[in-house]
Amino acid sequence: MAMASPADAAPADHGLGITIPFNHKHLLGISQLNQYEILELLNRAEAMIPVSRQPRKIHPTLSGKTQINLFFEPSTRTQASFEIAGKRLGAQVMNMSVRTSSVTKGETLIDTAATLNAMRPDVIIVRHSAAGAVELLSQKVGCSVINAGDGAHEHPTQALLDALTIRQHKGRLAGLTVAICGDIANSRVARSNLLLLGAMQVRTRVIAPRPLLPRGIGDLATEVFTNMREGLRGADVVMMLRLQHERANGRLIPSVREYYRFFGLDAEKLALASPDAIVMHPGPMNRGVEIDPAIADGSRSVITDQVEMGVAVRMAVLDSLLTDPSQASA
Amino acid sequence: MNGRPLLVENARIVDPASGFDAVGALRVEGGRVAALAAGAAPGVPEGAIRVDAKGLLLSPGLVDLRVFTGEPGREYRETLQSAAEAAAAGGVTSFLAMPDTQPVIDDGALVDYLARRAQATCKVRVLPAAAITRGLKGEEITEFGLLREAGAVALTDGRQSIQSSAVLRSAFGYAANFDLPVLHHVRDADLAGEGVMNEGLFATVLGLKGLPVAAETIPLARDLDLAALTGVRYHAAQVSTGRSVELMAAAKARGGSVTAGVSINSLSLNENDVGAYRSYFKLNPPLRSEADRLAVVEGLRTGAIDTIHSDHDPQDTEVKRQPFAEASDGAVGLETLLAAALRLHHSGDVPLVTLLRAMTSRPADILGIDAGRLAVGAPADFILVDLDYPWVVAEAALRSRSRNTAFEGARLAGKVVATYVGGNRVFALEGAAA
Repeated sequence: MAMASPADAAPADHGLGITIPFNHKHLLGISQLNQYEILELLNRAEAMIPVSRQPRKIHPTLSGKTQINLFFEPSTRTQASFEIAGKRLGAQVMNMSVRTSSVTKGETLIDTAATLNAMRPDVIIVRHSAAGAVELLSQKVGCSVINAGDGAHEHPTQALLDALTIRQHKGRLAGLTVAICGDIANSRVARSNLLLLGAMQVRTRVIAPRPLLPRGIGDLATEVFTNMREGLRGADVVMMLRLQHERANGRLIPSVREYYRFFGLDAEKLALASPDAIVMHPGPMNRGVEIDPAIADGSRSVITDQVEMGVAVRMAVLDSLLTDPSQASA
Repeated sequence: MNGRPLLVENARIVDPASGFDAVGALRVEGGRVAALAAGAAPGVPEGAIRVDAKGLLLSPGLVDLRVFTGEPGREYRETLQSAAEAAAAGGVTSFLAMPDTQPVIDDGALVDYLARRAQATCKVRVLPAAAITRGLKGEEITEFGLLREAGAVALTDGRQSIQSSAVLRSAFGYAANFDLPVLHHVRDADLAGEGVMNEGLFATVLGLKGLPVAAETIPLARDLDLAALTGVRYHAAQVSTGRSVELMAAAKARGGSVTAGVSINSLSLNENDVGAYRSYFKLNPPLRSEADRLAVVEGLRTGAIDTIHSDHDPQDTEVKRQPFAEASDGAVGLETLLAAALRLHHSGDVPLVTLLRAMTSRPADILGIDAGRLAVGAPADFILVDLDYPWVVAEAALRSRSRNTAFEGARLAGKVVATYVGGNRVFALEGAAA
């Protein structure tokens, strides 16, 4: 991995002595960011990478701050990533996992927000199964809120870490062709990536069987393919999405084996992409469903780099929301 | 009550049923229309109350075919009385009370209860609708004959759409037996799936599951075929798409007693109003595309669509202030129905008389009730309206117990100045002359 290594983890100055302010209280979606803010966050994240590579993994800009990870949907990697990011910045981190069922039956989302707000946290990281739920919660609390995934809507830190990973490997974003393949209809990762990559002048392709393509997707992606071989042709980046097993029940698509045959990433299909194409996956992977294990663990795969970049991106986002002097309402 | 005669003078009187449209006078005696005349009143009855309605429109009171209340069972959302207060302020003098209550109005005794409660507590006429199927479950039809004897004027499963074509065929045939109209909400539950807003780019951007147009048009087409088969008086409770307008126009060309209603929401708003997950705009049917809205407006103008209703559906904040997909459907609408409809008059899209007909004589005819017209001998249910009165909708000023309006902050022109039921004034706008 080619890696820029700034001397310290201060916000990048683009070599011009300029730091773009980050004027947001919350990070609810990529849709709220313009290309300059995206670039600034990527630069700040890049500057955070060395923190995690040094023996003393601490850069305590959030010392004394309280971070709550509020997860209404189970998640291992995203929650762990946010927890480590917060701890490396010196924040006090608390994890709260709430079963959605008990919430909808009894306490409402807004009640939960009010209760947590009274404990005066500085930032709440929220994942929820309903699109828009994180934004709703952000309206009811006084602290910063970061969207860690809301239904099929957005997952902004995933898109940022994907972009950072691509930039680390390709040296740029603009002009690349990125193919996103899989369950587009139900994917917040796809939506956030399409918004971010679109803003950064990347050519985006979505590839999926028709039942997994949402209406109007042609307005969000540069190109739409229902044939994976055609969609992969010449792509610089192949981004695979997880297919939930229950979708292959005959109602949306007939079976896992048929899906793998036509939409799983194997060596033969990957050969159609650019010779130096990289393979990405937001995880957790279903080996043998959407991706051949040999590809997932092979030399083209940058999946573990994505995990590393995830920590850097989340450190940069936390730091930007909580310490930027120009912090204002989102 | 009904004691002194009433004489309303100098109003522009519009009676869509007869086509009367002139400045004139209306005389009421014994709670009924005694005379209607252009120009000056031919004479002033002794002891009459005289109302000078110069500059105002006099229309039959509105008849609303789709009003949900919370009585019995959820009185914290709306009682019959609070719904009637809202209705009076909105110019609605008769409304059809949906059977979606706890318990469901699916039994003669409950129809009787509802009628008595309404009689005792309401200042406007409340017409009981009875469920088509027991418990609104879509499985077993109710006792239509006994329900009619108890006072039900129509059959409907309210928010529920009956999925079984066989049950519908039985219901339509049996309803035709007892000459009861059937008002059916059309939604294919299977195709609708977990959809929560109109299917399209906007739903995709928001990450919300979409409701395709076909989830409305497939059951509508089936219903229209079954109506032709059975001869029932069929009313598609609410249509929201351009394709539905085409289906209605074709069915009407074939003949038979088939009609359709449209919610004021579908005429006034579109999917973009959902904005950033605003759950007060989560409705059923969903707000559709602007092209669909325009097609529905055109359908109203041409007569493919017959009636406009409020789809008044009070929901409390507990169920409404939720993530969009988890929030309940529905919006209150009795108080904003007329003013929102008048937007189409002010914009020139639909003639005033067409709009008024769709809210007065047409719905009354569908139910077969003596209302919605100013014929001599008809009940003196009428309203005085200042067509240009400017106002801004404020949630806090609504009379409903629930405040889930889709028109919060809307600038509207046109307001009810006074509402009369049976010749008695049941609402007067504060500070207004009449």
